[in-house]
Amino acid sequence: MSTAIDISSVVKRYGTATALHGVSMEIRDNEFFTLLGPSGCGKTTLLRCIAGFEDVTGGEIRLFGRNIAALEPNQRPVNTVFQQYALFPHMSVIDNVAFGLKMKGVALAERRAVAGRMLEMVHLSDFADRMPAQLSGGQQQRVALARALAPAPKVLLLDEPLSALDLKLRQAMRVELKTLQEQTGITFVFVTHDQEEALTMSDRIAVMSQGRVQQIGTARDIYESPHNRFVADFIGETNLIEVDVTAVSGGMADVVLPGGHRLRCPAETTATGRHHLSIRPERLSLTGTGELTGTVERVVYLGTDLQLLARLADGTPFTVRLQNSARTQVPEAGATVGLHLEEGAARLLAD
Amino acid sequence: MKGVRHYPGFLGIAVACLVVLYAPLVVVTIYSFNDSPSITTWGGFSWRWYADVFTGPEAERFGAAAWNSVTIAVLAATASTAIAVAAALAMIRGGRFRGKSATYALINLPLLVPEIVTAVATLIFFSAIGLTTGYLTILIAHITFCIPFAYLPIAARLSGIEEVYEQAARDLYATRAQAFRLVLLPLLMPGVISGYLLAFIISLDDFIITNFVKGAGMETLPTAIFGSVKQGIKPNIMAISTLMLAVSVLFVSLSYLVNRIGQKTRA
Repeated sequence: MSTAIDISSVVKRYGTATALHGVSMEIRDNEFFTLLGPSGCGKTTLLRCIAGFEDVTGGEIRLFGRNIAALEPNQRPVNTVFQQYALFPHMSVIDNVAFGLKMKGVALAERRAVAGRMLEMVHLSDFADRMPAQLSGGQQQRVALARALAPAPKVLLLDEPLSALDLKLRQAMRVELKTLQEQTGITFVFVTHDQEEALTMSDRIAVMSQGRVQQIGTARDIYESPHNRFVADFIGETNLIEVDVTAVSGGMADVVLPGGHRLRCPAETTATGRHHLSIRPERLSLTGTGELTGTVERVVYLGTDLQLLARLADGTPFTVRLQNSARTQVPEAGATVGLHLEEGAARLLAD
Repeated sequence: MKGVRHYPGFLGIAVACLVVLYAPLVVVTIYSFNDSPSITTWGGFSWRWYADVFTGPEAERFGAAAWNSVTIAVLAATASTAIAVAAALAMIRGGRFRGKSATYALINLPLLVPEIVTAVATLIFFSAIGLTTGYLTILIAHITFCIPFAYLPIAARLSGIEEVYEQAARDLYATRAQAFRLVLLPLLMPGVISGYLLAFIISLDDFIITNFVKGAGMETLPTAIFGSVKQGIKPNIMAISTLMLAVSVLFVSLSYLVNRIGQKTRA
């Protein structure tokens, strides 16, 4: 698959503050690519650099092989769906959607037809002549989407477009966005701080923190094989256990768990010494005697699941997820339990 | 929390202020309809002084002065509004630049400098560069002191418009000029109209500066009224004053209404 956006060593500084520290990634054509990270991680800055609202301080961005540094926002074949939608309040819905085509010099009849089709695609044909202020948040969101798609951009940039919607609408829009991306075949670059959003929609995800890329991969990659502590902690829930690493070779490490049990597991680091092990709460089970031993502090009922909050002998907090079934035996608070790590559950992280 | 009406002394102070501010205007307005040539005794309702303004012995002088006033106000308001829009764009959309605070002070300084000082300084300036006083010098002076009045509502409106609208336009292939004309200007329009009307009114009733830079034989309505009053107050002056008051009230109300409509369209 060819490369849509090639970002290499992009640096962005504002005065003395650095928002992006040499970020590199390749976004493939026809891909739903997500930039995921907490606020202030640089994901929106990177998106704005691609759109042309910010100049990069260093490095370069290539769009289908072409360096776009010298291009004004209106000269870049990308469109943006803004977080606040930014629908033009003085124009009707259809005029908003047709705006990009008008600027491109498309004749009135044709741009009306295309805008009409776009509104149909987002199920808003009946609202063509309304003003944006007369629409609900979810409808405005879909108009913003139609407006950005109407000029048939090569890449669509989406800046946290779902964050202003309520939960139900947000979940419905996730499916709709993914469908739209598949229908149109346009490369989507989606910015979000919501990991669930990222995991459910993306072909690939770039996890960012403090202006750096922490890991790039599929949802499964970053959830099951997190590279470092930040990724393991930010994506989903995890137990971070400090362990002694005695030997590392061929991507596998020998570690000593608190309590003395020895374990061999995949490693993201090549250094020995003190490092962190990531163990997902659902990859643990209760046994009489397991690799780890802890004391139950509290059991939280979550409906489909039970969450067991426990503590190891050295004081490290620990979470176990148990399926809520008739066969599950739930220990009382204060009970001592043995924990068994499923095959491949543990992963040694880079710092 | 009690309403302001229950504050001690509210009624007395409010009434005193209203009387001092508006009683003279009310008296002038009422007496402009006085049939008697006296300005103190009521002789019945009549339009005669309004007729006098338009057809009486001074009609030609007032007519010419009114023409000057209105044309100067239109030109000065247009020019100062255009300059104020440019200034507001630089101040609010121009990012950070050296001397920004100083620029802000310079734009608003004319509001603070005593008008008589501006008047004398402007006159000295015009004579120093050898510009003959007359219509043109009045116009230049008016454009200058109208800028801050036009600037304030435009800048207030602009700072309430998020930059994301222009960015959305640029993103959708609009050039800088198109983004301004098709997106920012329509959103800014309530501020522009408000600023224009304010500048128009300020120009229309300026007296001090105009009186200094108008040159011989050149009159605007305020200077003509002043000249006429020097020979004693006649009821026709009250009629003219009432007419000017009506125009001012009309413009201020328009400005207010435009702003209110603007509030509603603010996204």
